[in-house]
Amino acid sequence: MDPALIETVVSALIAGAVVAGVPLLLAALGEQMSQTAGVLNIGIEGMMLAGAFGGFAAAYYTGSAEAGFAAGGLTGLVVALPMVGLCALRGVNQIAVGIALTIGVQGITALLHHVLFARTYPRLPAVEGAAVPMLSNLPIVGAALFDRHPLVYGAVALAPALAWLYRHSHVGLNLRAAGDNPASLDAAGVSVAVTRAWATAFAGLLAGLGGAYMAIVGAGLFVPFMTGGAGFIAIVLAMLARGRPVWVLVGAVVFGASLSATTALQIIGVTVPTDLIQMLPFVAVLAMLVVLAGRTGLPAALGLPYDRSR
Amino acid sequence: MTGNDRLAAVGQPSRRRRATHQSLKAAARVVGPVAFALAIGAIVLALLGRDPVQYYADVVQRGLLSRLGLQEAAIRMAPLLLIGAGLIVAFRAGLWNLGVDGQFLLAAAVAAALGGGLAAAVPSPFVLVLGFAAAAAVAAVWSLVPALLKARHGINEIVSTLMTSFIGISLANLLVKIPFNDPETTVPQTRTLPLDDRLPRLFDTPIHLGVLLSLAAIVAVHLAMTRTAFGLRLQILGGSPAAARHAGLNLTRLTVGAFALSAGLIGLGGAVEILGVWGTMRADWNPAYGLLVVPLVLLARCHGIGVLVLVFAFSVLSIGGETAARRADLPNYMTLVLIALVLGFLAIVEYLERRRRPAAG
Repeated sequence: MDPALIETVVSALIAGAVVAGVPLLLAALGEQMSQTAGVLNIGIEGMMLAGAFGGFAAAYYTGSAEAGFAAGGLTGLVVALPMVGLCALRGVNQIAVGIALTIGVQGITALLHHVLFARTYPRLPAVEGAAVPMLSNLPIVGAALFDRHPLVYGAVALAPALAWLYRHSHVGLNLRAAGDNPASLDAAGVSVAVTRAWATAFAGLLAGLGGAYMAIVGAGLFVPFMTGGAGFIAIVLAMLARGRPVWVLVGAVVFGASLSATTALQIIGVTVPTDLIQMLPFVAVLAMLVVLAGRTGLPAALGLPYDRSR
Repeated sequence: MTGNDRLAAVGQPSRRRRATHQSLKAAARVVGPVAFALAIGAIVLALLGRDPVQYYADVVQRGLLSRLGLQEAAIRMAPLLLIGAGLIVAFRAGLWNLGVDGQFLLAAAVAAALGGGLAAAVPSPFVLVLGFAAAAAVAAVWSLVPALLKARHGINEIVSTLMTSFIGISLANLLVKIPFNDPETTVPQTRTLPLDDRLPRLFDTPIHLGVLLSLAAIVAVHLAMTRTAFGLRLQILGGSPAAARHAGLNLTRLTVGAFALSAGLIGLGGAVEILGVWGTMRADWNPAYGLLVVPLVLLARCHGIGVLVLVFAFSVLSIGGETAARRADLPNYMTLVLIALVLGFLAIVEYLERRRRPAAG
């Protein structure tokens, strides 16, 4: 094969992996925080979708991608508020509320899309990257990895930052205690409910940012149901990472790469059924689970409301 | 007066009055959330510039008061009830089977391929029975993956069922597009089961036999869970796996059995939709019922009759909503919003109820 073509394909593969992986990374890091604190946030899919819509609409009307990202994060946060109020501060069933949020956001965003954009299907201009000096000139990986929007670098840097937070800070200790042994956190005089509330709100913010990136950079437009299960992949990534943010990063890279493999293979003219390729990351995860002998190491009190009287 | 005396005093009113009181409370549990949801839905509709009263009148008119609408709602209930029955089994055993869509679609693909493929060679009743049996078997076998991973390796079934669900959806599409594809159609789909060979209709209505089967299934599952030794074993497993082990139960066999039964029922749901309604499966067809039925079963607290009531309400809302949305020149997504609101308020009421009676929670 022509080496120039190989270079193009590999470059496209990596670029596609970044575009597909960053929303997963952001949402999964958020989900990981809420799971660590004991809230199984099934609504993350809805929060991503809300962020995608809010981000797209803001970027479209203001003409600024940055405003779009801010609005996307904020929309995700707003959608997380019912989860915060009902599930973190009170003990309403987390799975029921999470699914209700996801379905509700699917409906609302599709309706708003119908009213605002269905006739014109507006597209956003391509978002300018911020080239890292020197590195962005590297062959093959240069433009794909180091000429990106600053949000990408921020998302990658967030993983080690959160790892430090969980391991070495008071806040991280409180978060882990809220998920593993809420009674001990309560006894230490820290509110379990408030700790979980912050974690859930943070998850909404990150998921919204991820959704906004998906709409503004990834697609350049908003389509109803566009997250297509990315939130559920984020839930699984967070569970697999066993509380380690760096593993979320690894998982997001793997999933992002396999999602972009379809496009790359099409460029070189290999016609593998897309359904087959879409299966691969999930098969890989199952295989990994068996090799790791299964312990997902979930927080002991995950999904359980904390009630001091029991 | 001790606590017990007070309880006895409260318990004095006649049995009939207490029963009335109970059913009133049960009704309030559903009516309250629905009323709240409709109120907020009305605000959404008004913001979109539509007349909420007209919209709701259309929903009721079409979904509840018209003969055709009620019939359609009954048909819509069949797959949902079977999925609900399957989830009751899994959830009561404490197993989070979140792989509904994969199990449902794989079973549907196999039922469609068998139905369309055999229709010319075998008499219709055999085709239908074979289709149902194969669908249940395929879904049950598919669930062996998460069941064995859970029983043998302790792998969390939330992760593994979500994974196998995504794989199952893609695999079903792959099957429909390549081996099961009908070469005579342009859109990838399976061979079509002729209308006359599908599930028989009841009394000159469009309602097919599958609706009765699914009603029987939900009642049977409810009785099996509450009145049989098998149901009790699953409840023990769900309550505390450690207690189940101490009671000498074979955890591997119970886990695999519960998963297989759960997925088998969900698979029947896929078969009922194909053999009763569509007659063929198109590639990329996915009604995504899983996400809707899971919260209904949770909010009915895995109670068969509760699931029946909620599934009926949901079906009326979704059938009536289709017409109402069309008349209001809105996409059908308004129904999703209403359902989400109802779910949210149901969850809140369930929580308040649980808090007031901590012993029953």
